[in-house]
Formats: sequence, structure tokens, C-alpha cells
Amino acid sequence: MESIRDVFRHNIRQYGMLIALIAIMLIFQILTGGILLRPINVSRLIFQNSYILILAIGMMLCILTGGNIDLSVGSIVAMVSASSALFSVKLGLPVPLSILLSLIIGFLAGVWQGFWIAYVKIPPFIVTLAGMLIFNGINNIILSGKTVLLPQLYVTIASDSIPDFIGSGSKLHITTIVIGIICSVLYIIMELLSRAKKKKSGYDTGSDSFFAAKIIAIALVINLFTYWLARANGLTYAVILLVVLIAVYTFITNKTVAGRHIYALGGNAKAAELSGISVKRVMFWVYANMGFLAAIAGIVFAGRLNSASPTAGDGFELDAIAACFIGGASATGGVGTIIGAIIGGFIMGIMNNGMSIMGVSTFWQNIIKGLVTIFAVAFDVYSKSKAKAA
Amino acid sequence: MSEIILDMRNITKVFPGVKALDNVNLKVRKGEIHALVGENGDGKSTLMNVLSGIYPYGTYLGDIFFEGKKCEFKSVRDSEKAGIGIIHQELALNPYMSIAENIFLCNERSKYGIINWDRTYQEARKLMAKVGLKEKYNTLVMDIGVGKQQLVEIAKALSKDVRLLILDEPTAALNDRDSDNLLNLLLELNQQGLTCIIISHKIHEVTRIADRITIIRDGSIIETLVKGVDEFSENRIIKGMVGRELVNRFPPKEKAHIGEVGFEVKDWVVYDPLDDERMRIKHVSFNVRKGEIVGIAGLMGAGRTELVMSLFGRAYGKKISGTILKDGKKLVLKTVHEAIKAGIAYATEDRKTAGLILIDDIRRNITLPRLDKVSRNSVIDEGLEVKIAEEQRRKLNIRSSGVYQKTGNLSGGNQQKVVLSKWIFSEPDVLFLDEPTRGIDVGAKYEIYTIINQLASQGKCIVMISSELPEILGICDRIYVMNEGSIVGEMSREEASPEKIMKCILNSTANKG
Repeated sequence: MESIRDVFRHNIRQYGMLIALIAIMLIFQILTGGILLRPINVSRLIFQNSYILILAIGMMLCILTGGNIDLSVGSIVAMVSASSALFSVKLGLPVPLSILLSLIIGFLAGVWQGFWIAYVKIPPFIVTLAGMLIFNGINNIILSGKTVLLPQLYVTIASDSIPDFIGSGSKLHITTIVIGIICSVLYIIMELLSRAKKKKSGYDTGSDSFFAAKIIAIALVINLFTYWLARANGLTYAVILLVVLIAVYTFITNKTVAGRHIYALGGNAKAAELSGISVKRVMFWVYANMGFLAAIAGIVFAGRLNSASPTAGDGFELDAIAACFIGGASATGGVGTIIGAIIGGFIMGIMNNGMSIMGVSTFWQNIIKGLVTIFAVAFDVYSKSKAKAA
Repeated sequence: MSEIILDMRNITKVFPGVKALDNVNLKVRKGEIHALVGENGDGKSTLMNVLSGIYPYGTYLGDIFFEGKKCEFKSVRDSEKAGIGIIHQELALNPYMSIAENIFLCNERSKYGIINWDRTYQEARKLMAKVGLKEKYNTLVMDIGVGKQQLVEIAKALSKDVRLLILDEPTAALNDRDSDNLLNLLLELNQQGLTCIIISHKIHEVTRIADRITIIRDGSIIETLVKGVDEFSENRIIKGMVGRELVNRFPPKEKAHIGEVGFEVKDWVVYDPLDDERMRIKHVSFNVRKGEIVGIAGLMGAGRTELVMSLFGRAYGKKISGTILKDGKKLVLKTVHEAIKAGIAYATEDRKTAGLILIDDIRRNITLPRLDKVSRNSVIDEGLEVKIAEEQRRKLNIRSSGVYQKTGNLSGGNQQKVVLSKWIFSEPDVLFLDEPTRGIDVGAKYEIYTIINQLASQGKCIVMISSELPEILGICDRIYVMNEGSIVGEMSREEASPEKIMKCILNSTANKG
């Protein structure tokens, strides 16, 4: 039976990034004099990073197919927030309809790029570089270079909390805490069921003590997190959206045929093709999906700013890409997880937030973020070579 | 007795959990060809990697003396400087560079970092003449065949003034004629004083050229046979390698029931994907009966791989025409996926680059072609997947720590078994096997032949491509001979012989000329 130490040693890559995240969190907690982890700041931190995290989910899929990236996501974010303004303000359509139309526009942008990448076989780097220019241009044409204010509902999506059904009036947001408890109970039940099933079909499930420690730790983290949010304003719609997206895409990558095809393509494109996987179809859908997720990120971002602006989305693609690589994605594809991308995104987000609180200038922030990206990947490469030797 | 050029003493190399080399002593005499034989994973390549500095000094125990001097190589560069050259099984050439550039790669004829092209070309031509490479010095390496690429590798090693040349499976990817040329070249270079260590699975080659043969088994040296002193026969060596007498290299063939024609191809024409004008497969027709193993013999570049790949859902080629009949019904296969669905499988020639996903584990590799069989509504049932993989692993005797082991860490023979499991799992009626035993050891070969026989006895149509004639003659029921994109002969197992097959090939070339 594996001891806990062995489990850690064998999964150094998986846990390495998590440990890095906790370390960075502690460092900034100290450096900011305890401000970083105050409930209101935690809430703000998620609020500020939700759209980058959404982009990172889609970007992870692109990178998994073989280290391919999408440079156009920042421009799609901008174009989608601009089209939201077009539909809801200029044309006066109801907000839900204009959100739907904007999501379709983002998806079509992804379809456009997917077509060139998958069927004409132009390298993704070039297609999305062109996309970056095209969508940015469309954004500016729609807005005529001006900033447009958006209806209130957008703000609600990005930053409002769900109503407190249970504990209205109390200082704590009770509904949030209850949701946290329900989620952790559901989580524990699901884990136990899947473990029982695995045991029944007779394959190695690892040590019981490690398993117990793991699910208790995760349940604790869920409850701590919701408790913390409850101390601020409670669970926001954006957090719910993010959690749902993480769950859905983790499921897709881990449990579905489509997910397996993506990993197989990144692991060895030729072998995947000769195993009957349609490379075209995988590439097309990964990029179409990226467009769709960028559109969701665009709506959330527009809501956060409460406006559509010509310079929206600048540099988002780079943050999303960095999040994936910090989170353990392989530059040649085939390796990486959605959770990894989220952890990477939080590492970036905490550094941004922490340094802003400390009053570090943005120039220095960039330098530090760049160095952290390099070190994260260097650490990854190092641990990989160690794992190979073992 | 001539002097000892290389003396490796008490070499022990330990990988976490495995002792790859256990107190190995190897002496190589100046001017001899010394062969290392042993099954896959027995430590031959590890020993050579220790010698050439790939595993640097300090990561192993023991001492190496080369030309009387103690060596502490930290990298391949150090060993090259000392006069030891190594040519790996996988060629290390840059396909987009010319022959001359490749020969002097990392060893450029230059002054102050500026390359002297005149000198480069002059010396390249000299080296090419020496190794018998009849090509222009500025031909790109991608445009020449594997056999000639191997010669470029040797020229490259010679350019570094090596006195000991190590060749790891130099003929594994070569056809018989190219192998023959290469072996003659080695003998010739040897006459001129070059000492060679050759690692090979092809025992008949070893007995032909080696002066001494050292047999390694499980990381230890079993014995060294000397030409003219010990018995130097294939059987003797195989006995040393496997520790038992391998009476038959091919499993006995049960009188399988061969049924009606299960798969037939008529007038199949394929053009080169990069060159619309060039017909690669020229009006090929053949058939396979149920339960029959049909071999396709031919030289490298005869178009055998191209033929089966184009049949496998047009995975190769352009402007494809012709008819495929399966059980008498016409099939149109536009994609690999359709081919798999129609019950056709193709186990690739190159398991590392096209057969397996090396960073994935055994389980994921096996289920990849037919994920639909282990999933419901596109959601994979991992319990079922593991069960199926475990079943295959047991059935085919894949030696690993479990189905979660990465295929990249398996030995060649076991990797090949994973490839076979993958396609057995896809439940094909027609199975194309492209070089199914390339580069794997005798024991594993035997196991693979057994598996192939079993598949045939289940009534599957099997088409096997192989460049090793004994193998084709040993297990096929019927043999087609291919040359330059056409089928130039057909013979039954009883009438076939190596001479007859070679004659078929030569005649077809002569007729054309």
C-alpha cells in the first residue's frame, strides 16, 4: 500500500502547482498584511479573474491538442461586449436575447477559425493572429471607437450575489453556506460511489487513509470557501457560472470520448489519426468551443466594466495562455488538466491582486509575472525529467 | 593475440527498481567486430549508453578503459573526442539538410565559426565514396532511402575519426539487399582497421560478420563466443540468449480451416499524395481467405505500406481508385474511422511514431480505436475500460506493472503487443500487420507469431507485410511479391523460397528495363 509520501512523490506534478498556489497565497497574505485573504478581497479576486479563468478553460483544450494556442480570445471578448452593446443599447433588444445573440457571435468567430485551422490546415498561430486583428477591427467599427454603457442586468451577471433566501437580514449570507454544505455532501457521496464501483470491478484504488484525507480536505476547502464568501456578499452568479464550467469541462476532458480524442491527438497526432480519430473534427470543435467560451468571458467582462469599450480584452489571451502553462500544460500537447489551468489562473490572479494592494507598479508586476511563468514551466520541465528518470 | 582496445570492468547500472546491468565485464580487441546479442531489455543498449557517455560518469559503477586510458565521459561529446562513435537505432539525421551538411553536423568544417563549404563538400564526397554512397553531396536526406541514410550516419561517424564504432541495430529498418550492403561495408571498414561493436537481433548477420559474440541476458554477460573456437551457429546463440534450446522459431501451424474469400481488392490505383503524376500503387489486385495469413514480400519502398494504408480508409495517397470487396460486398471507405467500423484494422509499421501514444498508459492505448465499445452516450466507463485492458494484458502476456503503465516505458516487444491488443480489441475481420516483429527479440517474436496464428484460426483475414523473408516463409499460407507498386508474383507456402521471391523481384525489374 502506498504511503502518503509516496502518493505525493508520484504525483509531484499534480500537487506541485497546488503547493505553489498555497505558497504564493501565504506569501502575499503576509506581504499585504492580511488583506489578501479578507473575505471581501477573496470575493473581489474571483470577480476580477473570472473571465480569465473562463478563457483558460478553453485555452487548455487548444493547448492539449498539441501546444496550439488561440491569440484571438482577447479580441473576441471585446467583440462580444461590443455586440452586446449593439443589440441591447443601440437596437434596444431585451438583455437575455442580446446575450444569446452575442454568444452566437462568439461561437461563429470560433467556427470561422476552426474552419481555417481544421479544414484548410493553416497553423493555429497564424489563423488566430489574423483573428485577433479582424475581431478587434469589428469591435471598433461597432463601437465607432467609443465606450458604451450597458444595461444593469449585465452587471448583475458579473458581480451580484444570489439573493439570500434563508438568512435574509443576517450578517452572514446563509444561503451560500447551505449551498456549500450541500455541494460538499454531494461531492463525498459521488466519490464514495465511484470508489465502490472501482473496487467492485477490481482495480487498484490506492490507500483508504489517503482517500479519506483527500475527500475530507476537499470538503473542508469547499465549506471554508463558501463560508468566506458568506462573510462578504455571498455567492455571486459569476462564481456559480465558473464552477459549473469547471465541472462540465473537467467531466468532458476526463470522462468522455471527445476528451479522450483531444488528449490522444496531443499525445501523438499520427497514432491518433490511424486509430480512427478525425483530427479535423477535433481541431474544429476545440476552436469553435474556444470562441464560445470567449463569448461567455466577454459577457462577464462587459458586466464587470458595466460598459463595452474599444480597448476591452487587451492582453487577455496572454494571461489565459500563461495560466495554462503555469498550471502544468505541456507545450507539446497531450498533458494538462482543467483544474491545472484554474490553479494557474489563480496564481496569476493572486499575484496581480497582491501586488496591486502592495502598490507595486504595473511595470514591475509584469516583470514578476513573466519570471513566475518561466520558473513555473522550468519547475515543470525539471520534475518531468525527474519522473522520467524514475 | 591483438591488444585490447576497450575494457569495461564491473559495470553496474541501476535504474530505480531495476538493475539494468549487473557487474558486466566486456573486452573488445582492436580490429575486431564484436557483436552483442540478447533479448530486448536485457541491457545491450544500456551498456552502450554507458560507454558512449549518454549515462554520464558517476551514474554507474565500474571502470571503462579505452586504448589503455581510463575514461570518465560526461557526455557523448567526450566519448566522441576520445574516438568512440555511436549510431543509434533511430537515425539522428536532419531530413531537411543535405547529405554533406548532415555528415558535418556539429563538426562543421569551419574557421572562426564560418563554414568552409568547399572543404565541407570535398571531404563529404571523400567520405561518401568510402562508404559507397552514390548520391550527390547536396541531396537532401529526406529524399534518400533508409538504407542510404544509414550510410550517411556511418560517414558522419567516420568524419569524427572514430576508432571504435558502435552500431545499435543498424539493419533493423533495412531490407535484405541494403542490409547486405551495409554488412559488406562494415567488413570492409573493419579490414581497414576500424573496430566495431554491433548490436543486432538478426542472428544470421551476426554470425556472418562477427569475430566474437557476447551474449547478454538479464543484465549479465552469459558468455562470449569466439569465431573458429566455439560453435557459431544460430541455434547455439539463440540457446545462449533464451537459456533454452529454441527448436522452432515459428510456432507450429495447426491445420487451420481456410474458408472462402473474405477480403478482395481489385484494380487498386493510388497516386503519391505529394505528386499527382506519380502512380505509387499500380492496378493491384489480391484476395485473402478467411483464416488465411497472406504475406506481402518485397524490398523497402516497394509500396507495401502505401498499399495497405490506402486501403485503410485512404490513410495514404491521392486519386485512389479500385474496388474493395469484403464478404463479397463492395466497400467504400473514405476515412480511417469508416475502415475501423467496417472491421478493418491496420497495425502500423512504426509503433513509436504511429502506433502508440507513448505518454499514455496501456489502457488508454488499447481502447482508443473503439472508445464507443467502452462508453455509453459518449461517457467512458472507466471500470469497464480497465477490465478490458487487463484482460488483453493477460491474454497477450504484456509484461508491465499494470494497465496504468505508460507505453513509452515498455520494451519493444511489449509495445508491439499493446499495438496488437489495440487492434484485436477493435474486433476486425481483416487485419493488416505491417512489420509486426521489427526490432524485437526472438522470444517476443515467437509470442507474436502465436498470436497471429490464433487470430487466423478465429477466421480472420490476415495480411502481413514483412521485410524478413524467413518470417514470411515461416508463418504465411500464401505470399504475394510486390515490387515498385505492382504485385509481381504469387505463391503458396509450399512453393515459396527466398530464392524464388528474390527472382520474382529481379525479373520484374529486368522486364521493365
